[in-house]
Amino acid sequence: MANIKLNTPFDKEDIQGLKVGDTVYITGNMFTARDEAHLEMIKLHKEGKEIPFKPGDMALFHCGPVVQKVNDEWRIVSAGPTTSIRMEIFEDEFLKTFEVRMIIGKGGMGDKTLKALEEVGAVYVHYTGGAGALAAKAIKKVVDVYWLRELGIPEAAWILDVEEFGPLSVTMDAHGNSLYVDLGKKVKKNLEKIHEKIEG
Amino acid sequence: MSQKDIENQLIEAIRRAETELPKDVILALEKAYKIEEGLAKVQLEAILENIKVARETSTPMCQDTGIQTFYIEAGTDFLYLGELKDIITNAVMKATKEVPLRPNTVNPFTGENPGNNVGNYVPYITWDIVNGEECTIHLMPKGGGSENMCALHMMAPGKGIKGLKRFVVDHVVSCEGKPCPPTVIGIGVGGGADLALKLGKRSLLRDVGVRHTESSIAELEEELLLLINESGVGPMGVGGKTTALDVHIEYAHRHPASFPIGIAVQCWADRRSTVKIKKDGRVEVI
Repeated sequence: MANIKLNTPFDKEDIQGLKVGDTVYITGNMFTARDEAHLEMIKLHKEGKEIPFKPGDMALFHCGPVVQKVNDEWRIVSAGPTTSIRMEIFEDEFLKTFEVRMIIGKGGMGDKTLKALEEVGAVYVHYTGGAGALAAKAIKKVVDVYWLRELGIPEAAWILDVEEFGPLSVTMDAHGNSLYVDLGKKVKKNLEKIHEKIEG
Repeated sequence: MSQKDIENQLIEAIRRAETELPKDVILALEKAYKIEEGLAKVQLEAILENIKVARETSTPMCQDTGIQTFYIEAGTDFLYLGELKDIITNAVMKATKEVPLRPNTVNPFTGENPGNNVGNYVPYITWDIVNGEECTIHLMPKGGGSENMCALHMMAPGKGIKGLKRFVVDHVVSCEGKPCPPTVIGIGVGGGADLALKLGKRSLLRDVGVRHTESSIAELEEELLLLINESGVGPMGVGGKTTALDVHIEYAHRHPASFPIGIAVQCWADRRSTVKIKKDGRVEVI
């Protein structure tokens, strides 16, 4: 387990060097995307249209923030992660299309994404669910926002400038390892013992 | 005391609930931090740091500021009994701008969001009418991630208490990290389907660490807590000793043919506050 600081755009080798159990803090840019922003970006790409920012140069954050407009400038009030597994249905395609090197979310993702992480050279990092105030503190600035009118505040893509954003725990690495798979096996065994206790 | 005073104190109560976690929850999280290691400890460290930042900056601790849920004990002679629902609704709309809260009320059919956290049946209010002139309003902002993990099981009565234990443990374990553990589990037993769930959620108003007044129920709460924590799911589902902070049970008598078990799951952000309106007109946020 190591404490690692990384800057965006990420170096592919740095990302491939991360292991399940490592803790990461990132500085640079990230974009938020929940279900709708994923679909919008995939759609635009299929139509041959340009994405107005470079997703591959940033971290992808599964998040629908609370925002406030102060003197014509957007301010992030609270920004914890949302449940990542909802994005499992299209995340593999998204990763391969935009070559995103880091997904930040909560709760982990499934086999399809795990394979795509290995193929692309990317990692999934877990950010503590509900730690919205802590996240907001590390967000220095809202750089831009896309599809705000069409998708609304939580679903829009917010481009954020962050400093030492974390702690982010690597739970799925670029080599096919997933904490969730290993832990699932352990929990299953524990549950069998608990059943024995109950049936006593 | 005027309607305006009550409204202002309700807005303050919403702010308090969203930005300051009750002491009993913080104590339980600190205890968990001490016994955890590795990634589990990292999660608790982030949670505790987040709680501190939220309090210091008066910022909602979680971006999901929840559905505003109220439990009221209203005296029959409480002066504003007839107006209270409107006062609460106005307070929620104003708090949405002032705290601020994320607009979280969506029409289930059209997807339309009025942007003010108000809508059909929301804010959701449970009324208990009691004697007297006083009024106590408990607030519980309830987040979506943990609410999605609530469950109802109409168990065959023949499965008995063992069946109940098994359902509760299996369900909580199957939730993995999704409800943002360490969670508080509220279990309603008996009544009908609706009452079981209602009792389960209502039991979450009880402080973490406070046991049911009946010793046999208190023992069952403790046993279930131990069993859930033996699963190893851990904080945020990354593995560890603390999957739940507490288990609360409330029960109603049941129909002989039914054994309803309602499980209400609350995330680590076990947000609560209370407004008390006294006989002499004083309004306090607790």
